[in-house]
Amino acid sequence: MAMLDVTNLGISFGGLRAVDSFELHIKKGELYGLIGPNGAGKTTVFNMLTGVYKPTDGTIKLDDKNITGMKTTQINQEGIARTFQNIRLFKELSVLDNVKVGLHNGYQYSTITGIFRLPKYRKTEKLMNEKAMELLAVFDLDKEANLLASNLPYGKQRKLEIARALATNPKLLLLDEPAAGMNPNETKELMDTIQLIRDKFDMTILLIEHDMKLVSGICEKLTVLNFGQVLAQGETSEVLNNPEVIKAYLGE
Amino acid sequence: MKKLNINKDYLITYGMVVAFYIIMQILQGTGNLSSLFKGLLVPLCVYTIMAVSLNLTVGILGELSLGHAGFMCVGAFSSAFFSMCMKDVISSSLLRFVIAIIISAIVAAFFGIIIGIPVLRLKGDYLAIVTLAFGEIIKNVINILYVGKDGNGLHISTKDSISLGLAEDGKVIINGAQGITGTPNDSTFTIGIILLLVTLFIVLNFMNSRSGRAVMAIRDNRIAAESVGINISKYKLMAFAISASLAGVAGALYAHNLSTLNAMPKNFGYNMSIMILVYVVLGGIGNIRGSIIAATVLTVLPELLRGFSDYRMLIYAIVLIAMMLFNASPKAVEWKEKHSIKRMIASKKQAKEVE
Repeated sequence: MAMLDVTNLGISFGGLRAVDSFELHIKKGELYGLIGPNGAGKTTVFNMLTGVYKPTDGTIKLDDKNITGMKTTQINQEGIARTFQNIRLFKELSVLDNVKVGLHNGYQYSTITGIFRLPKYRKTEKLMNEKAMELLAVFDLDKEANLLASNLPYGKQRKLEIARALATNPKLLLLDEPAAGMNPNETKELMDTIQLIRDKFDMTILLIEHDMKLVSGICEKLTVLNFGQVLAQGETSEVLNNPEVIKAYLGE
Repeated sequence: MKKLNINKDYLITYGMVVAFYIIMQILQGTGNLSSLFKGLLVPLCVYTIMAVSLNLTVGILGELSLGHAGFMCVGAFSSAFFSMCMKDVISSSLLRFVIAIIISAIVAAFFGIIIGIPVLRLKGDYLAIVTLAFGEIIKNVINILYVGKDGNGLHISTKDSISLGLAEDGKVIINGAQGITGTPNDSTFTIGIILLLVTLFIVLNFMNSRSGRAVMAIRDNRIAAESVGINISKYKLMAFAISASLAGVAGALYAHNLSTLNAMPKNFGYNMSIMILVYVVLGGIGNIRGSIIAATVLTVLPELLRGFSDYRMLIYAIVLIAMMLFNASPKAVEWKEKHSIKRMIASKKQAKEVE
């Protein structure tokens, strides 16, 4: 049984068919890659999965629950968290607070409790701090907890974004080009981190990536998107040797 | 670690207000305060509360409000109206004033929510446009409003006081453009400072709570905030309503400081809203303590400069420019960081630890 079932997904912007009859089935615990040339529609797929765009047709099911057309906020509460291609952190908040915003729905107390600092406030904030520090430690960010997020170096900002997404306690984690702008060393480190997340949190991960070393290194299955359509789908090694895929990437 | 720093930072802000209060009380007690300055103490509290509450909208929520005086106006008239009606019923002036303040906060928050519901769903500067209109509209509505009270209850008219048709025992409470006359003077400097401290308490604790973090997350990156499951409209509305209700409280304080309350462009108009915004911008957007300092300095300054008569506004302008430069230029920022109170305390502590 698949955890994420996407069938016949499509979206049109005016006359442009950005994504057409897109299919994706991800089982629990899989590390799945979505690749394709620039402009193929990968991020559009992400945006549909997370409710930023409403699909024109098709259905998205998470654990057999239809989440097509739900709002971003609801979809996150259903269990999909994401990171962004261009990093979107809460820049004026501390690293710790960025993760605590991610914990927003997991740890609740009312605004009144917060303003009057009732006992529940202290208790919950303490739990939040502990949980957030725990997450930051996984990403080796615990020493920077009190820095402003915008003062972190690039690689760490990417990591913080992943930590924040994980704080929402998702079933499925979507990573949009996590290695973009990273040097080979940082990419290597990132690959280890992604493996670690999957093992430690028992997470299902779908990632978009251009770095083939990363893709072939950690993804078990791949879907290749070209001009909004699925070009190939299956085990990583098979897909990467598919002549159609090579043609789409390298030309004739 | 960080919590500690934040709390210390807050304590400095509270301490500053209390110290100001004590100094003013001593000056007043020893008779060193001119009557002009005495008259300025309550408005000072009004403007600082306004600045802090507007900073919640501008600095924390990241939306521009150009009609904050409108909420103050609503709060002022609702509280003054209540006090006028209850003048003979509730004899304890303190109790009456406390209830009036609560009413002003509720009424202003209500208007904040009504405006916020449609506008805060939009992205962009729509809030600035709508609040600007609100501020002007509310002022004009009050100017044509006639409300009277007699044995039969309340009478409302938008024409004139005669068409209210009051019975013989009746009394006009809101008399159109002449406003409300005879509001009890319940506002004192002490109550003003207490209200300022309450405002600070609410705003600072809100900022540092789960809801406040959500609001700041929305300000920093709306899309990312949505992606981690934060209800954007709810938290924007919450912050805006709190901001509006605090402005309403400032209005109540303002209204009970005057015996005649009327909605003039001078006190509740566009200029007033902009003046409050100037306090917030000069004090630093998002910087609560800065708002208090800027509001205090800029309220007191024109009075202190009265001796310069004709050159008064010229010097006022120069001070504004100097403050802007002082806040923004890199050298000045460096200097400020070197000489900040926080730093001084920290270094003292370090020195202690070394010993």
